Amino acid sequence: MTLANPSDFNGSLQPQGWLRYFSFSLDHKVIGLQYLVCGFLFYLVGGALAGAIRTELVTPLSDFMPRDTYNEVLTLHGTVMIFLWIVPVVNGAFGNYLIPFYVGARDMAFPRLNAVAFWLIPPAGILLISSYFIAGAAAQSGWTAYPPLSLTTPAAGQVVWILSVLLLGGSSIFGGINFIATILKLRRPGLKLMQLPMYCWAMLGTSILVVLSTPVLAGTLILLSFDIIAHTGFFNPSLGGNVVVYQHLFWFYSHPAVYIMVLPAFGLVSEILPVHARKPLFGYTTMVYSIMAIVFLGLIVWAHHMFTSGTPPWMRLFFTIATSFIAVPTGIKFFNWLATLWGGKIALNSAMLFSCAFIVNFVFGGITGVALAQVPFDIHVHDTYFVVGHFHYIVYGGTVFVIFGSLYHWYPKFTGRMLNEDLGRLHFLLTFVGFNLCFAPQHWLGLNGMPRRVAEYDPAFTTLNQVSSVGALLMALSTLPLLINVVVTALHGKPAGDNPWNALTPEWLTSSPPPVENWIGEAPLVTEPYGYGHHQDQPQEVAA
Amino acid sequence: MPIRTALAVLTATTALVLTGLWVGNNVNMLPLDASSNAPTYDALFKVLFSIGTMLFLGIVILLVYSMFRFRRRPGDLSDGLAIEGNLPLEIVWTAIPAIVVLFVGIYSYDIYERMGGMVALNDHSAMDHAAMSSMAAAPSALQAQAPGRVWGGIGAAGMDAAPGGPVLPVEVTAMQFAFIFHYPDAQITSGELHVPTGQPVELHMEARDVIHAFWVPQFRLKQDVIPGQPTVLSFTATKAGTYPIVCAELCGPYHGGMRSNVVVHEPEAYAAWLQQNSPASTTT
Repeated sequence: MTLANPSDFNGSLQPQGWLRYFSFSLDHKVIGLQYLVCGFLFYLVGGALAGAIRTELVTPLSDFMPRDTYNEVLTLHGTVMIFLWIVPVVNGAFGNYLIPFYVGARDMAFPRLNAVAFWLIPPAGILLISSYFIAGAAAQSGWTAYPPLSLTTPAAGQVVWILSVLLLGGSSIFGGINFIATILKLRRPGLKLMQLPMYCWAMLGTSILVVLSTPVLAGTLILLSFDIIAHTGFFNPSLGGNVVVYQHLFWFYSHPAVYIMVLPAFGLVSEILPVHARKPLFGYTTMVYSIMAIVFLGLIVWAHHMFTSGTPPWMRLFFTIATSFIAVPTGIKFFNWLATLWGGKIALNSAMLFSCAFIVNFVFGGITGVALAQVPFDIHVHDTYFVVGHFHYIVYGGTVFVIFGSLYHWYPKFTGRMLNEDLGRLHFLLTFVGFNLCFAPQHWLGLNGMPRRVAEYDPAFTTLNQVSSVGALLMALSTLPLLINVVVTALHGKPAGDNPWNALTPEWLTSSPPPVENWIGEAPLVTEPYGYGHHQDQPQEVAA
Repeated sequence: MPIRTALAVLTATTALVLTGLWVGNNVNMLPLDASSNAPTYDALFKVLFSIGTMLFLGIVILLVYSMFRFRRRPGDLSDGLAIEGNLPLEIVWTAIPAIVVLFVGIYSYDIYERMGGMVALNDHSAMDHAAMSSMAAAPSALQAQAPGRVWGGIGAAGMDAAPGGPVLPVEVTAMQFAFIFHYPDAQITSGELHVPTGQPVELHMEARDVIHAFWVPQFRLKQDVIPGQPTVLSFTATKAGTYPIVCAELCGPYHGGMRSNVVVHEPEAYAAWLQQNSPASTTT
């Protein structure tokens, strides 16, 4: 496909060149990359915090940092990784970049709101991290901020934490509204909902969850800040408040938050697998219904985080059943992905290796998840390293692996250059081995008596904690080949051409990188985004 | 389906099921079982571990097999088969997780009921039961001041089946960063929990400052200890020994150091401990 030079079509007043990435750009592609790079910088911060935690846990004694610092570190690690890395990248970065292409639009529905949503993130992140350097002031009550602990730890840090999470939540809501409007209202004429690429459905479902549940978190945190600043008693038992109510409200957002992190990853994998297996996505319709079933069930499972909080028996029973049934739509998706691979022509490149490893990791985390949904099982392992292992298999082994796979898949579109495959495979190997070494042993530790969020532990658990820390070290090293790859190939990489994977989804039917208007002339009508194998007679050229 | 494919699928499935069962029954991941509840828990764990192994191995083997069997050969630029779906297959793999989840759910409900988890602690029958069990004892301060406010936890229903006589009530106060155990009958206050084997124990727990959690890994039981909301935890210890009590809810800087022990005595040794530590020389 030949296209004119995109700069010929520069009709906007936006800054050009590298400067636009530091500007209040309204271009969804620029905003997407802003989210991606900003998120990755916070990933390095969150990773450094994780490194501090794993260093403290090399020995059974609390001997690496002061105990209250350790609690600050674990609080910031969780908050940074969730609110500044995974949620913004898997939603904001890929969503902003891809959704307008997928619906055949030239930009998001509300470009200014989109830019505002992004530009809330850097100040919120800097605010959060700077609270760490104000002596003894960072939040120390975990990313869950359960009262009364969050009412008794140093107030300044907790209030800054609340403010930061409110800003990030606001950003998330703006993004969610924008995605819903774009997907439902900006579709190119002639494009039906059931012809959209699967990532659109994933982002529609995710955005519904964002818009329904994030305001509840915001309201809860505002009440919590009243308790801290104005000494009200919403959650303060000494003033007649109820601490368990906070947990209900918090998890009403924070369980759907798991799906806000995971559903977009499901969508991205659904884009990557068909391209590199050269096969249609198996069971498109059931995939769509599965996403919507997960959205619905995801809203009614929150109290499975509270099985030991003194919740009444009927409530435990209800939430066990609802939680277990999420395994059904999720299972359908995994079987459909396996069927997509079956009989394909699979290219085992970095994008594919990360996507296949995602399946392995997520199935493992899903199985421990079904176990955890069972009240009697959960009562033993709740708040232990078993849970730490479980949710890292979901959010790291699941979502972060998909983010890396997506980077290898879409980097040629972002930059017009290919990432180096050898460095990509090295990155994959270090990440996969390091990740499993780090988190698999934690299941045993939890079953045998190690609670989470501790700076010291029974010396009997030393060996496996050291294995876990070695895994964390490998994960830290794995970022080096990635960083080298991304920086070096951006300058000297092999030119990618417009469509190096010979993919059929609309973002590939334009130049790399695309022009400001996405396509020169009319947007293409793609009614079969996964129509591989239909046109076998046509000669095709596929990159390795 | 050709007969050879059917046989291969059958053989592979059988091998997978047998492997799962073997792993579930032979790989021990759990600490010592020292309460009447623990063997029940371990049985549930074996079932979950077996099913989990079957599903995980099955999916990973299918995936890795596909990755090698269907890898793109050099120079092959063609597409795979244009298969967009298969309704019977999709019904099969909707049914598999649905059946697994139903089975696991019903089984774990049964386990939970046997543990006493399904007794509604603040309904009338439960309160009657609690009143009956404390008739032999002086009513505890906690029950006296707050009838009906006892919220959650693992109740005493499982105790009906347990032999071993009247329920031993112990009041537990959690604070940063210690547990304090008070025996209302014997007027003993201790930093360690001492209990006899074979006798049901009912912990009445409340926190003074922030949320803590009472966890004994060898009992497979955990219950949050909450300020302003009493909780209950019942168990019967079965094996003499000293086991850790671990705080499992982040409660402040020394959370990791908030530990105590539960010392499980044979009944005679427990009587002796009571005798030694009772402030009055007479014990009930």
